[in-house]
Amino acid sequence: MNFDPRYSGRSFTSVGTRPIRPDGVDKVTGRARYGADFNMAGQLVGRVLRSPHAHAKIRKIDTSKAEKLAGVKAVITAADLPDLTDGDAAMYDILDNCMAREKAFYDGHAVAAVAAVDARTARQALKLIEVDYEVLPHVVDVDEAMKHTAPLLNDAIFTEGLDEKPVKPSNVTKRTQFGHGDIQEGFGQADFVVERSFKTEQTHQGYIEPHACVANVSSDGTADLWVCTQGHFVYRQHCAQLLGMEASKLRVTSSEIGGGFGGKTHVWAEPVALALSRKAGRPVKLVMTRDEVFRASGPTSATSIDVRIGARKDGTITAAEATLRYSCGPYAGMWAEIGAMTAFACYKLDNVKTVGYEVLVNRPKTAAYRAPSAPMAAFAVESAVDELAKEIGMDPVDFRIRNAAQEGTRSSYGPVYGPIGIGPTLEAAKNHPHMKAPLGKNQGRGMACGFWFNFGGQTCTDLNIGMDGSVSLAVGTVDVGGSRASLSLVAAEELGIDYGQVKAVVADTSSLGYNDMTDGSRGTFSSSMATISAARNAIKVLRERAAQTWDIPVDDVIWEKGHAIAKGEKYGNLAALSLKEIAAASGKTGGPIAGHSELVADGAGVSFATHICDIEVDPETGSTRVLRYTVVQDAGKAVHPTYVEGQYQGGAAQGIGWALNEEYIYGKDGRLQNPGFLDYRIPVCSDLPMIDTQILEIPNPNHPYGVRGVGETSIVPPLAAIANAVSNAVGVRMTHIPMSPPRILAAIEAEREG
Amino acid sequence: MVEVTLWGSLAALAGGKSKVEIEAKDIRELFRKLAEQYPGLEPLIEKGIAVAIDGTIYRDTWSKELPQGAEIFLLPRLAGG
Repeated sequence: MNFDPRYSGRSFTSVGTRPIRPDGVDKVTGRARYGADFNMAGQLVGRVLRSPHAHAKIRKIDTSKAEKLAGVKAVITAADLPDLTDGDAAMYDILDNCMAREKAFYDGHAVAAVAAVDARTARQALKLIEVDYEVLPHVVDVDEAMKHTAPLLNDAIFTEGLDEKPVKPSNVTKRTQFGHGDIQEGFGQADFVVERSFKTEQTHQGYIEPHACVANVSSDGTADLWVCTQGHFVYRQHCAQLLGMEASKLRVTSSEIGGGFGGKTHVWAEPVALALSRKAGRPVKLVMTRDEVFRASGPTSATSIDVRIGARKDGTITAAEATLRYSCGPYAGMWAEIGAMTAFACYKLDNVKTVGYEVLVNRPKTAAYRAPSAPMAAFAVESAVDELAKEIGMDPVDFRIRNAAQEGTRSSYGPVYGPIGIGPTLEAAKNHPHMKAPLGKNQGRGMACGFWFNFGGQTCTDLNIGMDGSVSLAVGTVDVGGSRASLSLVAAEELGIDYGQVKAVVADTSSLGYNDMTDGSRGTFSSSMATISAARNAIKVLRERAAQTWDIPVDDVIWEKGHAIAKGEKYGNLAALSLKEIAAASGKTGGPIAGHSELVADGAGVSFATHICDIEVDPETGSTRVLRYTVVQDAGKAVHPTYVEGQYQGGAAQGIGWALNEEYIYGKDGRLQNPGFLDYRIPVCSDLPMIDTQILEIPNPNHPYGVRGVGETSIVPPLAAIANAVSNAVGVRMTHIPMSPPRILAAIEAEREG
Repeated sequence: MVEVTLWGSLAALAGGKSKVEIEAKDIRELFRKLAEQYPGLEPLIEKGIAVAIDGTIYRDTWSKELPQGAEIFLLPRLAGG
């Protein structure tokens, strides 16, 4: 990579403006094509048979009757998706999750699938598949699963990370620890100590668009996959590996995406659709129902967290400790580890220790959800921080400012911070009019901070200049939040042309080099870096073409405001050549003009936010209303401020739903009781106030424009900010998320009864 | 020579050492020498380890230079949403 990513401190013409997004018209007129909107000639309907049991041994699957049903073209089981993972444990888990092998691990686990001429026939065929289950005891609660008496999900798992190698298998796959200093000594210096236990229930990302794809495997072994995903290159790798294909023979095209938030970062049904198509010899469309989305995809961890924080009378935190237990579903994960890393990341602490436990339960495979694991840890820590401030008698914002991490602070997860934005977000919150607005009866205000790492990653971009001077930008990161607009702004900025001259598309996997997926808040950070690099490479070609036209050395040609300019007095008579003019003549000066870039965008820079929330609680019913909500977050540089604000608002909206209503509810039989939006209630417009935003711009030193990722951090503070607001409104510390009306009412009544 | 700090799980695979000194000019050389000196680390390096250099996290830029005196911290490679 011959590209200097350092921040240059330049001024901007296009970046920072708010043009309309290129995908906007198609989305509001219904023309945009999502996962289920694509069809192929001769396409079959795929359907999946799912386990009704939370935990069961699969003794036998008899598909013979289904195969004989007229209109059924293929029936598959795990036998059609053999293990080709070659010892890759993470991929094996994904494979087993796509199609159960020896055991069904949760209610909704796929055990067989059919492809038929229509949906009715496919559904009939599922009913004809006979599965002989041996039902096993199950466990869905994270604390219960850790007990020695709990049913074991996998007797080959022995807890990693213990001082002594365990001799018995366990549902706890791993213990991890972070921190520094001496917490006992730290607590010894404390005048006040707060110690509490918290729980958060499992939630789904709640993407409106279900998982959907159309797979077509040809008889020559090549294949096409149209799919709703956050990373079509990653899906290609996964599917190729699981089906034993060469990656280059599988072309994956990403559709528009109706939400992912981490839930579309690895495959679920796509290998099944490809296996069905391979067996049937025809294209197969597979679309999950909402029931399937809830039961078999997505959810984040349920957690159980203990926090202890001590501080001196002057408000200085002397020690902080947390034990975090996160459910992983039936497969090992690193969810508690991330929680343990992020829990105290906002603070400057001399003595800190966090311990994480990854716990297997009979629930769906845990997936990333927007700053995965951080919101739950922040809920526990920020609740305790608020309570400690109260005990000391300090304003909660001032208490946080006093203890906020800054440049040079050793983070709780290890490294020393460079320039960071937690202090400025707190100062901005302190000075925000929201903090001074009066509150009424039964109303409470809460605030909280949040941290997320942000990532970069492998990125590849093409920029092609047409003979009419218009610019096509082909990127490989899926546009989940308006990045085509942002990246067009970046291309326009570099080339010195109008935004309207640039058209960005998300290219398929056969048209561009590998790209990591759009996760870790990396889409605009990474692809803008690659776009800058590609545009600069195109400018080199433009300068060469101008030099050729003028018959002068290329070193005498500079690029300014969309024009090639011959520098120096000796070229005084040469009129500048515009991009359009150079493009029009390109056929006679060497052919097409393009810029390419492949790079690893690293140095994304950590991100912080502070949120403020006002809540009103009805003490008779426990119902809540969010009155006002403010997000303050550092964006580094907001390329398209409207879409940065959209990310801030979206994270807050999801956090509000998580904090107040959303939860997976399991029956005693281990079956999910609320797999639908009627019973699993996400916020709708009427539940939310206008979410106010304040963008801070503290440049990232590792990006030419100073850009930081903005997509995830905004979901970290809401659980805590809302819990602090509710606690202040009702005068009782809330320790269990979601704070649904029955839970709030129970907390109020328990307090009354003493 | 740079001093490298390993997070807990990694330290266990390096004979319990949480800090090691390695002569390495960039991340690639650091990983190569770590794998040579502590073979238990090799599978984790293959799977992916992040390197924080003076607080900035690098996941894939193995050509990144390790400045003398910089704080080098090895971290798990994390998932994002």
